Amino acid sequence: MIEFDFGAVLAEWPLLLRGLAWTVGLTVIAVPLGLLIATLGAWARACGSTALRRGVGVYVELLRNTPFIVQLFFVFFGLPALGVKLSPEAASLIAMTLNLGAYGTEILRAGIQAAPKGQWEAAQSLALSQTQVFTRVILPPAFKRVWPAMTSQIVIVMLGTAVCGQISTEELSYAANLIHSRNFRAFEATFVALAIYLALSLITRRFLLWAGPKWFFGGGRRS
Amino acid sequence: MIEFTLWDILRNLALALRWTVALSLIAFIGGGLVGATLLCLRLGLGRKTQHVIGAYVGVFQGTPLLMQLFLAYFGVSLLGIDVSAWTAASLALTLYTSAYLVEIWRGCVEAVPRGQWEAARSLAMSFGEQLRHVILPQAARLAIAPTVGFLVQVIKGTALASVIGFVELTKAGGMIANASFKPFLVFGCVALFYFALCFPVSLAAQHLERKQHGRTA
Repeated sequence: MIEFDFGAVLAEWPLLLRGLAWTVGLTVIAVPLGLLIATLGAWARACGSTALRRGVGVYVELLRNTPFIVQLFFVFFGLPALGVKLSPEAASLIAMTLNLGAYGTEILRAGIQAAPKGQWEAAQSLALSQTQVFTRVILPPAFKRVWPAMTSQIVIVMLGTAVCGQISTEELSYAANLIHSRNFRAFEATFVALAIYLALSLITRRFLLWAGPKWFFGGGRRS
Repeated sequence: MIEFTLWDILRNLALALRWTVALSLIAFIGGGLVGATLLCLRLGLGRKTQHVIGAYVGVFQGTPLLMQLFLAYFGVSLLGIDVSAWTAASLALTLYTSAYLVEIWRGCVEAVPRGQWEAARSLAMSFGEQLRHVILPQAARLAIAPTVGFLVQVIKGTALASVIGFVELTKAGGMIANASFKPFLVFGCVALFYFALCFPVSLAAQHLERKQHGRTA
């Protein structure tokens, strides 16, 4: 008979809590930066020169067609060989930001392509500059259109932080590993961490779907 | 000490690539079979089954694949079975793939107009016949592009199996990087190998999607 002892895992709640805080903290920093890169990338793809468009395209495809863990290892183990020394947390942040930036660029591009040509023309005819047209007229409804997809991607990036434990970032999965190396309750520790991740992703999804339209890209009437 | 030339690195990575491909195929085919079974259950049985399968999908999509791998690794060994990294990785990736595929395919089945079901039923077809002759052929056409697209996710997912000690491309890269002291070069090559594997699949998915839009438009 298998006996479970979840008490031994839950007794280490300060570790779990600290891990959770790192997971959330990394996400909270990486997501706005990633969305910024996504916006710049989408702008470059919509308005940039041919060379810039190509460059952004290469970035997007390179990141989208390689596993996150390899990107993370490349940043953490690879870059120091070039003299860039990074802490595990900084490496995690860089990898997460670049990853979300690439996926976000592609997602946002779809939203921008869906904008009718007449919107560009109407905005230009009001003597708005190219940048104004993009940031004021095209971007907000584009974000609104793709927000459900973007939310999914943000949740994926957040769950991706589990991998950052492999370079000793002390997030939730690292905490779970630490706990079972102390009390040998590997299954229980993993199970508890899994449950926390599940709750976290459900809450984050709800929050983003609610907060996006409310705070980020204006009221519900436009689009 | 052994000197690692670029050729040695590439050769060893190429050898390890086999296991990435093998694991991807196992997960994709196994996941496809499990996913198809779940889809039929979902379509054929009542609302309760739908909720159970919905929860199954939600759990796999709402938790990190890495933790799923750990749970399979530790969980199966709890049952007293000696698990290899192979078994655990295949199991976890198969279930993970099935959860995503059943969700993708469900969407495709729902995209088939309701009238098609009703028309088939009015021809006195049984449920199995309705599925086999009317619904699935139409849904399958819609499903090809997103399914191929998801294969890329599966291939990238196998990289996480390195963490439970499965020696595939990423793990081999880590070992070579430690032995050669050239992490920049080695992980760069690892990334390029993955890219070489995934990018054609991505392009194929894009191409299929575009072809489909051309057809429906």
